[in-house]
Amino acid sequence: MSQPDSAVADAQGGAATESLAALAKRHGLRRAIARPSLPYYVGQLWARRHFVLKYATSRNVSKYSQSMLGQLWQLLTPLLNAGVYYLMFGVILDQKKDIGNYTAFLITGVFIFTFTQRTVSGGAKSISNNLSLIRALHFPRAALPLAYAVQELQQLMWSMLVLIGIVLLTGEPVTMTWLFIPVALLLQLTFNVGASLFMARVGAFARDMNQLLPFIMRTWLYASGVFFSIPDRVADLPESLAFVQYIMELNPAAAYIELMRDLLIYDHPAPQWAWTTAIFWAVFALVIGFWYFWRAEERYGRG
Amino acid sequence: MAEAKPMAMERVWPLTAEEQEATTTSSATGTPTVIVDDLNIVYKVWGAASAEEKGNAATALLRLVRRQGRPEMREVHAVRGVSFVARHGDAIGIIGRNGSGKSTLLRAIAGLLPPASGSVYTDGQPSLLGVNAALMKELTGERNITLGCYAMGMTPSEVKAKYDEIVDFSGIGEFVQFPMSTYSSGMGARLRFAIASAKVHDVLLIDEALATGDREFRKRSQKRIMQMRESAGTVFLVAHNLDVIEETCNRVIWLHKGKIKMDGDPAEVISAYNKA
Repeated sequence: MSQPDSAVADAQGGAATESLAALAKRHGLRRAIARPSLPYYVGQLWARRHFVLKYATSRNVSKYSQSMLGQLWQLLTPLLNAGVYYLMFGVILDQKKDIGNYTAFLITGVFIFTFTQRTVSGGAKSISNNLSLIRALHFPRAALPLAYAVQELQQLMWSMLVLIGIVLLTGEPVTMTWLFIPVALLLQLTFNVGASLFMARVGAFARDMNQLLPFIMRTWLYASGVFFSIPDRVADLPESLAFVQYIMELNPAAAYIELMRDLLIYDHPAPQWAWTTAIFWAVFALVIGFWYFWRAEERYGRG
Repeated sequence: MAEAKPMAMERVWPLTAEEQEATTTSSATGTPTVIVDDLNIVYKVWGAASAEEKGNAATALLRLVRRQGRPEMREVHAVRGVSFVARHGDAIGIIGRNGSGKSTLLRAIAGLLPPASGSVYTDGQPSLLGVNAALMKELTGERNITLGCYAMGMTPSEVKAKYDEIVDFSGIGEFVQFPMSTYSSGMGARLRFAIASAKVHDVLLIDEALATGDREFRKRSQKRIMQMRESAGTVFLVAHNLDVIEETCNRVIWLHKGKIKMDGDPAEVISAYNKA
């Protein structure tokens, strides 16, 4: 490692006219802060996969560690959610008139939307809530929004268990289309990761975003056809406004919800373009989100 | 914030490369591993209320109407034009009062804080000794060891190989099965140090790690740091305990209000620091 001759040159004043930058260059030192290339960044992220998984699991374990029922809450939370939404929209507001198997329709919508909503909100906070970690250790920062997404995925597994139980209880048959459930979830996960990476950068620099996000999310929830069926709702609109239906069905959340309903509920057909929309949003969100997040890699943790 | 005025007793120590060469003769045999070139670090602080700002919604609205910026956002110039060259085999102590920019300087060398101007050049990846931020106090020591090791970038097989050593070194025994929130502060500090020091580093940055634990553990951790110093190229040590610095380091940098006030032989710098 030591190079006596160059060191002697330094000591003899060979560096007398040399700037520190030139000295650094002569010894092959690199700047401590530099953004890695995109392929290298992906490699770094892959090398940290164990951390992402462990961090996600640890957050889930620590979340319920103070409660008496502990990890049982992973199952109880979606169950209680399903109960509350059914009471509100199924019983009190009685939305179920025109929709066959409204229970399965509603609970599928709520759980699928919650997955996207929680991942994206978590991603938006993942950088700003972990500044001390970012300022203490070296790792590709995308590991944080990714860990939040994995955490929500783990929670979704329990929710899906509850959902499939409810769907079976409401008398739906098990069909071959159920084999596509993992595919639909994978597409949704891909979209969620992309959107959460995008929001992670937005949330890291525009701090007011975390105050605003709940309102955006609620608007999105109401526009995504979680409680009602989009074609029914727009049926009364005049001919000139028919395009509203297409716009609402292009919404990624609506696409993933409709897709899952199509798979789980026998007589609920998805809109024609649901698979295309779902695939498009997954690829688009991941590419744009990842690229956008990586562009600011060296600036996270400042200020 | 006003510029720091040079005091009468201040010795303005050399900052340029050739003067560095002359003053740090003890380390001139090593090649440079860390070069800090006219480094400036500026923090943006949110929520620092000024005198006239009452911090309620009405004043915030008024400010929007008047198109003024947020007065709560202040800039803190934590490191002001610091330059030095660290060499292979150096153990450099950094001393100074609270808020003099010691920890900020370490984080900048580690590449964790982007400089406002100037640059830091390093050989290999400098790492900060410390995993506190990655650990979760609700979890057991066992889970935290794995989590901390992964956070530092170790692989599962490395974690498996180091696990027993970490538990032994920390000396927390069967407490490893309990949540860290049940630990005494000394036990927590011991486990954190044991995890953090399990990895081999090129350039090692230590921030106040020695000030914790009981006397016996302090002695053990000091020995561990000596070992790490041998395997690492260069060690930086920030501590308020001047004895530790004098024992461990071959060079001391005294920071005052973000600037280097003195840089050189430990005994000399520490005695000047004590007089100040």
